[in-house]
Amino acid sequence: MRVAVAKGEFMNRRNFLSGGLRGSLLLTLGGVLGAVTGKAKARNTVWQIDPWKCTMCGRCATECVLELSAVKCVHTFDMCGYCQLCTGYFEPDPNKLNTAAENQLCPTGALVRSFIEDPYYEYTINEPLCVGCAKCVKGCTMFGNGSLHLQIRHDRCLNCNECSIARACPADAIHRMPADHPYQFKSRERKT
Amino acid sequence: MAQVVAQRFPPPQFTETSHVLPVPTEPAVRALGLEDLDLVVLIAALALVSWLVLRKRSRRGVVAVGIFSVLYFGFWRKGCVCSIGSIQNFAQALSDSSMGLPLVVLVFGLAPLLFALFFGRAFCAGVCPHGVLQDLVLLKPVKVPAWLDHSLRLLAWIYLGLAVVFAVTGGGYIICQYDPFVPIFRLSGSLTMVLLGVSFLLAGVFVGRPYCRFLCPYGALLGVAASVSKWRVRITPDTCTQCRLCEEACPFGVINKSSVNAPAPPRVHDKRRLLVLLVLLPVLVAGGFGLGGLAGGALARKHRTVNLAERIQLEEAGTVTGTTDASNAFRAGTDSVDSLYAQARAVQHRYSVAARWCGAWIGLVMGLKLLSLAIIRRRPDYEADQARCLSCARCYRSCPQELQRLGLPVPEPPKATNG
Repeated sequence: MRVAVAKGEFMNRRNFLSGGLRGSLLLTLGGVLGAVTGKAKARNTVWQIDPWKCTMCGRCATECVLELSAVKCVHTFDMCGYCQLCTGYFEPDPNKLNTAAENQLCPTGALVRSFIEDPYYEYTINEPLCVGCAKCVKGCTMFGNGSLHLQIRHDRCLNCNECSIARACPADAIHRMPADHPYQFKSRERKT
Repeated sequence: MAQVVAQRFPPPQFTETSHVLPVPTEPAVRALGLEDLDLVVLIAALALVSWLVLRKRSRRGVVAVGIFSVLYFGFWRKGCVCSIGSIQNFAQALSDSSMGLPLVVLVFGLAPLLFALFFGRAFCAGVCPHGVLQDLVLLKPVKVPAWLDHSLRLLAWIYLGLAVVFAVTGGGYIICQYDPFVPIFRLSGSLTMVLLGVSFLLAGVFVGRPYCRFLCPYGALLGVAASVSKWRVRITPDTCTQCRLCEEACPFGVINKSSVNAPAPPRVHDKRRLLVLLVLLPVLVAGGFGLGGLAGGALARKHRTVNLAERIQLEEAGTVTGTTDASNAFRAGTDSVDSLYAQARAVQHRYSVAARWCGAWIGLVMGLKLLSLAIIRRRPDYEADQARCLSCARCYRSCPQELQRLGLPVPEPPKATNG
């Protein structure tokens, strides 16, 4: 009997204490919620590459958590010269200007060359093949107009809390962008 | 301001065909829709596990939801965003007002804590893919000695402090970076991290949930919330008869023995110890604050800007030859070396301030731990420790009354022994 009474007593005191603590922790959580929602922008963000900062180091191909990187090459066609000798497409000193694999810079054959009219050729990206290695981007940027560049493709990107490519990027070129404008394409007019 | 970029080749002038220049496609953002789904699944799973643990008292149900969570949050959603990592977003959002906090992170950070305040650590039991993965490999639990268990549990609080330091100083999210299980969920990752994950799982075969108990900073926070939870795991569905059958039922060693039959401890000795520890607490905090200052410089070297500034300094001084990708990228940009050095100094300053507070935090945590060990609580029943209990529901069936309730055969109670 004595045990039961004693039990009841200290259970009540503990219940009272824990109730009070629970209330104060709830208030703390509410405070945190208020502080972050008050300060934070309500907009969702996604990761994207600033193509003007990109140094074409090739880490995008290897650092993404996806086995096949979410970074792909994209083409801003209105910057392109539609060159016959495309330095993004061909190896330096190619044997011939044709689509033979030994002449191509792209290791996976993801860059597709199609004839439009003499002397213009159009270069498009076969996205499922592209690994984001930036070899073509380097060729195009160093010797051409720089119309080929890398972008994070958001149909693939998992939007990790901390982008592991951003962590590895030597140029700090990967940053968060508002989700309603998730791409940062190059253009002839560089906005600074 | 817009500047026209130098073009080596003019745009094409089509004369024979009327070819229209295509525009690059903009695939829609897939992740955001999935994130909304994650929120629904998270809340549903939390509610379901809470019900299964507290109401249904079903271990099988918890395991079933747990397996679903590992498959969904782990292998399909690749373990990100997770509640553990969300701590860093909160720290960063609170310290830097320009930093946004997405809704998904907000809910992942707060919902499990809110549930823990009412229903205990349902999140750990069957929602967190990291926890459930370790739970599933636990085959031969060994008992971790109490002193070791208590000391190792401090690591989680220290890890929490360090994670906050790196998050508020812009040094990256170390919890995400050194997450041992995410490479397993993604089936890819650096060799070191994969090996770390595998060794955690191997250790987890014998030591119940090593990451959850000794390292998980979110688990530490959940423990605080759960320690005052409104409803909690009760081993017996009825009244405890002190049969001691549940004593060894918990693989995580969190069942507190009843003090009904234990002799009352000598009180005078206890009070003196309590007093000493109360005096020690501010000493530990101050000591940590002082020592933290020493660690600041070392921690800052992990930061990108500091790292780059050091490299540039070496290159400028001619101590090293050659360049790195980062130093090349810096030199290709418009920033001056001096402004880089100034930025690096500012970062170092932030680190030294943050590290001091982190040191004080570690001191505080150690002091409070010692205090909590010095306070002896009297318990009428065998009970799962509210803070440390992971709500896995393993202990229920060790209770003969539970077996009776379920209509299962009840084993003979062990012979009463002294002590």
